[in-house]
Amino acid sequence: MNKNIILYAAILIFGLAAPFIFPAFKVQLSILCVLIVLATTWNIQGGEMGYNTFGNILFYGLGMYLCASVQVGMFFPLAEWTESGGEKTFVHTPSQFFQGMAAGLVVAAVVPTIVAGLIGYAILGLRGHYFAICTLGLGVAAGEISGGIEIIGAGQGFTTPPFPNVGGLEARGEFFYFLSFGALVLTFIAVRAIYSTRFRLILNAIRDNEDKAEAMGIETMKYKIIGWMVSAFFCGLAGGIMGGLVGYIDSTDVAFDGREMGVFMVLMAILGGKGTLWGPVIGATVFHIFKEGFWTFFLGWQYVALGVLIVVIVIYFPEGIMGWLREKYPERFGEVVDEKDRKAQVELK
Amino acid sequence: MDFMVFQYPMITVQACLDGILLGILFALIAYGMALQWGVMNIINIAQGDLVILGGYIAYFMYLYGIHPAWGVIVSPIIMYFVGVGIYKLVINKVVDRDLFISILATFGISILFMQLMNFAFGADVVLANSGYGTTFLFDSAVVLPNSKIFSAFVSIVFAICLVIYMKKSKLGRAIRATAQNARAAKILGVDTEKVYAATFGLNAALCGVAGALISITFTIHPYMGLPYTIRSFMIVIVAGLGNLPGVAMSGMGLGVFEEFADYILGTEFRIGSVFLLLVLILVYRRFKLSRKREYLK
Repeated sequence: MNKNIILYAAILIFGLAAPFIFPAFKVQLSILCVLIVLATTWNIQGGEMGYNTFGNILFYGLGMYLCASVQVGMFFPLAEWTESGGEKTFVHTPSQFFQGMAAGLVVAAVVPTIVAGLIGYAILGLRGHYFAICTLGLGVAAGEISGGIEIIGAGQGFTTPPFPNVGGLEARGEFFYFLSFGALVLTFIAVRAIYSTRFRLILNAIRDNEDKAEAMGIETMKYKIIGWMVSAFFCGLAGGIMGGLVGYIDSTDVAFDGREMGVFMVLMAILGGKGTLWGPVIGATVFHIFKEGFWTFFLGWQYVALGVLIVVIVIYFPEGIMGWLREKYPERFGEVVDEKDRKAQVELK
Repeated sequence: MDFMVFQYPMITVQACLDGILLGILFALIAYGMALQWGVMNIINIAQGDLVILGGYIAYFMYLYGIHPAWGVIVSPIIMYFVGVGIYKLVINKVVDRDLFISILATFGISILFMQLMNFAFGADVVLANSGYGTTFLFDSAVVLPNSKIFSAFVSIVFAICLVIYMKKSKLGRAIRATAQNARAAKILGVDTEKVYAATFGLNAALCGVAGALISITFTIHPYMGLPYTIRSFMIVIVAGLGNLPGVAMSGMGLGVFEEFADYILGTEFRIGSVFLLLVLILVYRRFKLSRKREYLK
C-alpha cells in the first residue's frame, strides 16, 4: 500500500509538472489524457463486462457538440454563430469563455449519462457480436444524422469559441492540459473506486457467464446500465474538452469519428490489456507515443499503418501488455504457480 | 419535396421499383455474408470494401475502353483470388476465435482497403457509364435506367447459378457439410481449410459481381464500403442464416425502405436512416425475445 501511494504521488507530480517540463508537447499531452480517459472507460464495458462496444464514441461526440453549443448558446444565438462559420462577428470575453466552458462541460457530462441510461435498457439486452454491430451502427448513425442538422453546422462543421486573448498560446495549452489532466485524474479515481467494490465482481460475473449471474440473483441489467452510464459520463467530459482543444467540430471526422477515435479506444484497451486497471493507461500511452512518433514517417499512409496495426494487435497480441506481463511474472499479480502443475500441463499439450 | 410521395402516386411507384432493383443487389452481397457467417462463423466488416474494390475493377476496364459490363465476368475472378489471399493472411487465424476478434480484425482490413483504394484510385466519386439508356414507363412518369434492370437481372442469374453450384457440385457439398459440423466434415475427409478458403473466395467473388454492377448503376467511392456491410448484416439478421428467399425478400424490403427514406427525409439522411434502422431492428428483436427470457445469439 505504501509503495502504491508513492507511485501515485510520483505520477501526480509528474502530471502536474509535465507541461512545464515539455512545453512543446502540451497539446499532445492533453490528447494523451483524453485517450487514456476513453480507453479506461471503454475497458469498463469491453474488459470488465465483456460487452465489446463501438458505441462509446456516441457519448464522446455528443459531449463535444453539447459543450460547444452550450458555450456559444449561453451568450450568442447559436444558429447565427454556425452560419457565420470562420469569420466571427461574436467574440467571447474571457469570463464568458470560462463560464461557458464550465457550464458546457457539466452539460457534456450529464446529458450523455442520461442518454446512456435511456438507451441502455434497449441496447444492453443484446449480446456478443449483435451488441458490437448495433453499437457500431449507433455511432455511425449519430455521425450521419448530426451531419444533416443545420443549427450545429451540418456538413460544414462547427467552430468552437476561440480561447480569449489572455496569456496567448501558452495559456491556452496549459488551460486545456490541466482540464484534460483533471478529467483523467477524476476518471482514474472514480474507476479505481468502483473497481474496489462489489461492482467490479458483478461486472466480471456478467462477462464470465451472464445467465448464471442472473440465476444468482444479480440484477444484471441494472449493473450493465450503471456501468454504461459511468462510461458515458467520462466520455462526454472527454469529448467536451477535446472539442475545445481541437477548435473545430466536424460530424464524422472529429465528433463521431468511428474510424479513428472509436477504434482507437478499443485498440488501446486491448493493447494494454483488457480487464485491468492499468492496462488501458499503459496501452493508451504506448499507442499515443507510437502514433505520434511514427505517424509522420507514414505521411499519408497513417490509415494503412493503422489497419495493419489493428490486424496485428488483434491476431497476435489479444492479451495485451498486462496479459503478457501476467504470464511472465505471475507472482507480481498475486498468483501462486505450482511449478509441477505447470509442467504437467505443458506436457499434456 | 417532403410529402410529394403522397401527392404524386407515380413517385411511389418509382421509389418501389428503384428500391426493388437496388434491393436485389443488396441481397446478392448479403448472400455472400450469410455464406461466410454460416460456414466460418465470422462477421466480415470488410464486406463493403470488397464490393467497392470489385467496382473499381469494372471502372478501370471502362477507363481502358472495355465495356464495363464485362466487369461482371472479370471482377469476380480477380476478387476470388483477393479473397483467398485475405483468408490465407488474416482470416484463417481468426476462424476459431471469438467473434469479436473477427469483427475487429476485419475492421482493420476495412480501414486498410479504404485507404489503399483512396491512394490508388483517388477520392472522387466515379461511375462506369454503360450507355444502356433508359426505359420510360407510364407516360414517362416512371424512369428506369436500363443499367438498373441489367444489374438486377445479372444478380439473379448469379444467385441462381450459385445456389445450383452449392447444391450439385462437390465443393458445394463440402461447404454445406462444413457449415453443419466442421469437425464431422473433417473426420469424413473434407479438407476444411480449403473449404474455408474457397468460401471466403466465393464471398469475395460475389462482392466483385455486386461491385461491378454498382459501378455501372450507381457510383463508387473508396469510403462507401461500410454502409454495404451494415446493409448485408441487417438483411442476414432479418432473414436468418441459410434462408435464401428470406434474404431476397428482406433485401428488396431494405431497398424500398431506403428509397422512401431518401424521398421523405432527404438524401443527407439516407445512410443515417440505414444505420438507425439496424439499431431499431436489433432492439425490436431483443424485446421480442426477452419476453421469452431469451436473447439474440
